[in-house]
Amino acid sequence: MDFDLSEEQQLLKDSVEGFLADTYDFESRKKIAALPGGWSPEVWAKFAELGLLGLPFSEEDGGFGGGAVETMLLAESFGKYLVLEPYLATVILGGGVLKRAGSAEQKAEHIAAIAEGSRTFALATTERHSRYDLFDVTTTAKKDGGSWVLDGEKAVVVNGGTADRIIVSARTAGARRDRGGIGLFIVPGDASGLSRRSSPTQDGTHAAEVSLSGVRVEAADVIGDPEGGLPVLEAVADEAIAALCAEAVGAMSELTDLTVDYLKQRKQFGINIGQFQALQHRAAEMFVALEQARSMAMFAAMTAATEDATERRALASAAKVQIGRSAKFIGQQGIQLHGGIGMTMEYKAGHYFKRLTMIDTLFGDADHHLAEVASFGQLVSAA
Amino acid sequence: MELRFTDEEVAFRKEVRAFIHAKLPKALREKLAAGHHPTRDDIVFWQKTLNDKGWGVAHWPVQYGGTGWDAVKQYIFLEEMMMAPSPPPLAFGTSMVGPVIYTFGSEEQKKRFLPRIASLDDWWCQGFSEPGAGSDLAGLKTKAEKVGDHWVINGQKTWTTLGQYADWIFVLARTDATVKKQEGISFILVDMKTPGITVKPIQTIDGGREVNEVFFDDVKVPLENLVGQENKGWDYAKFLLGNERTGIARVGISKQRIRKIKEMATIEQRGGRPLIEDQRFREKIAEVEIELKALEITQLRVIAGEKKREKGKPDPASSVLKIKGSELQQATTELLMEVIGPHSAPFTPEEPGSNEPPIGPEWAQTIAPTYFNVRKVSIYGGSNEIQKNIIAKAVLGL
Repeated sequence: MDFDLSEEQQLLKDSVEGFLADTYDFESRKKIAALPGGWSPEVWAKFAELGLLGLPFSEEDGGFGGGAVETMLLAESFGKYLVLEPYLATVILGGGVLKRAGSAEQKAEHIAAIAEGSRTFALATTERHSRYDLFDVTTTAKKDGGSWVLDGEKAVVVNGGTADRIIVSARTAGARRDRGGIGLFIVPGDASGLSRRSSPTQDGTHAAEVSLSGVRVEAADVIGDPEGGLPVLEAVADEAIAALCAEAVGAMSELTDLTVDYLKQRKQFGINIGQFQALQHRAAEMFVALEQARSMAMFAAMTAATEDATERRALASAAKVQIGRSAKFIGQQGIQLHGGIGMTMEYKAGHYFKRLTMIDTLFGDADHHLAEVASFGQLVSAA
Repeated sequence: MELRFTDEEVAFRKEVRAFIHAKLPKALREKLAAGHHPTRDDIVFWQKTLNDKGWGVAHWPVQYGGTGWDAVKQYIFLEEMMMAPSPPPLAFGTSMVGPVIYTFGSEEQKKRFLPRIASLDDWWCQGFSEPGAGSDLAGLKTKAEKVGDHWVINGQKTWTTLGQYADWIFVLARTDATVKKQEGISFILVDMKTPGITVKPIQTIDGGREVNEVFFDDVKVPLENLVGQENKGWDYAKFLLGNERTGIARVGISKQRIRKIKEMATIEQRGGRPLIEDQRFREKIAEVEIELKALEITQLRVIAGEKKREKGKPDPASSVLKIKGSELQQATTELLMEVIGPHSAPFTPEEPGSNEPPIGPEWAQTIAPTYFNVRKVSIYGGSNEIQKNIIAKAVLGL
């Protein structure tokens, strides 16, 4: 048992934080958010240069062999600076599917391109009524000679508007909520028959509705078993949950600090409001919620490689519940303790709150995952 | 970064578990698992068993009988005992006055008291709280005056846990009333057999009588029973209160209770089906399990950080452990109450001489008393409100 970072991990953390401290202050972020697409190709190129975009891929696939702890460090920094670039969509989700289930040719074609920053991805799984069930798929893929034809609608696809490639989950067999019969298909963003409507999201990123109407996908762009995509998606989702938990911890930590600083400066009734015990206790409760969340983000990273898939999913779910609970409390109280200024778009606190709120809706909210943990039934093992 | 325990730590856990399994009588384990309190003899028996093995005061420095285990092993050891469950160590001796004596006491005191704490030949109790000094402990009024070669102590202590069994009591007493309240307190060891001491039990809402009032009426104590320096007692008290960190969250106790909740929820029913099949109830358990998992890791982080901290300086994050740990102990007893439902009603306080069996299922009888009793854990050892003050000041700088 060890909570220390290795020298390399510390170096990674320092270089990322150093870069973000220089280029990603809140004013710079506002400018980046206003760019077309809502993120900065320059920052993206710098991420590639720092080796971040190839981080979680094996060296053999053209990456740097980073594990869940490296991703955790990165994501926590992204949370602190409210980074807008599509790291999750491209590296964790798109790259995550490819590294797990892609053929040698697919990996060769795409992973190097991701690592060098020349190709972005999105993962289109959510549908209008699927909520958080990755197996609830009505989009269809029908075999037609040597290729497949996709039809259906995908909803709130993160980075779906600008992604060069979209990996789409589609039903190749079975009924709407069957666990089997789901395939994963690589579709170019400008494919014939694909149309997308992108929208800014509450947290300053972008998501799209993606419509597929007779989109033809060649056999070379089917990832793995065309009926066995779900376990891949679930494993990718768990890696994404671990990253989101860490990102949330970065955001919660900053919001807590920001709030405590504010309590020390803001004067009412002739004294700093931080001298009022009601507010001190609220801040202390934020700290407790933060530390519990930090523990579970570490837990998510350190158990990400759990062999048994059922157990791995339950552990990820447990982390996501804690993060959801802590993030809601810290987000809401961060605004409350700031008072009016916390309500304004020009001030940073509200943006942390908004990002934290959206993180809860990615890959399952706290209630969704609570039900998962309850079904698992043995988080506190009999040991 | 690695969450798994090392092979050596896993082997150590096995060793501890095997020892407990071999030495802890089944009847005693089952009695405790059912929620009954250990008797004085149970506690003494278990402490002597541990002490014979060399584990009686595992966390003390080696020269005073400690094991030299690192914080992780200490944690594993305590957790195994809580999960067994075995009788808990008598904290007043091994975790409170013992460390104060070996850190601040005279050579004479060390020789005289430490071995008898380790073997539990001396049963210690704590003389800190007073009717007028709870959270504001430094406001205590019990007075010790130097008269000839004795201290003469007058005053009243309260909430003295298991004082009815005690051979000795460590007392915070005012020795200088003219200075700032924290600067006029001394730490004195008092033999409970000294004339002038009266112990009066207080019955708590669970029906038990584990706490007492202790009255001091011209109690004469030899001058050499002062620990450290006169008027420095507040420093020793702060040391004592911040000293017990590794077990403060009581994760093992809550884990053991969660196991019991699940077990009993397979027997109890709701809607004609086992309660454990009720999704809403399962989710309530899951909520607690998740917080407990988080707390366990927070605890391990504090322990891991211990290596890097200055010795004797508690991590302010240990207040998080106290707050969450107590909340979860209480949450688990609440769930047990929910499991047992209407059968929590029969009230059978510990009365000497009463042999009448209680009505209702046998295993239900400790549930409500435990629920009521465990409300204390967010009050004692610095209430959760005091812990929040500590976090606000020491961690957040407010």
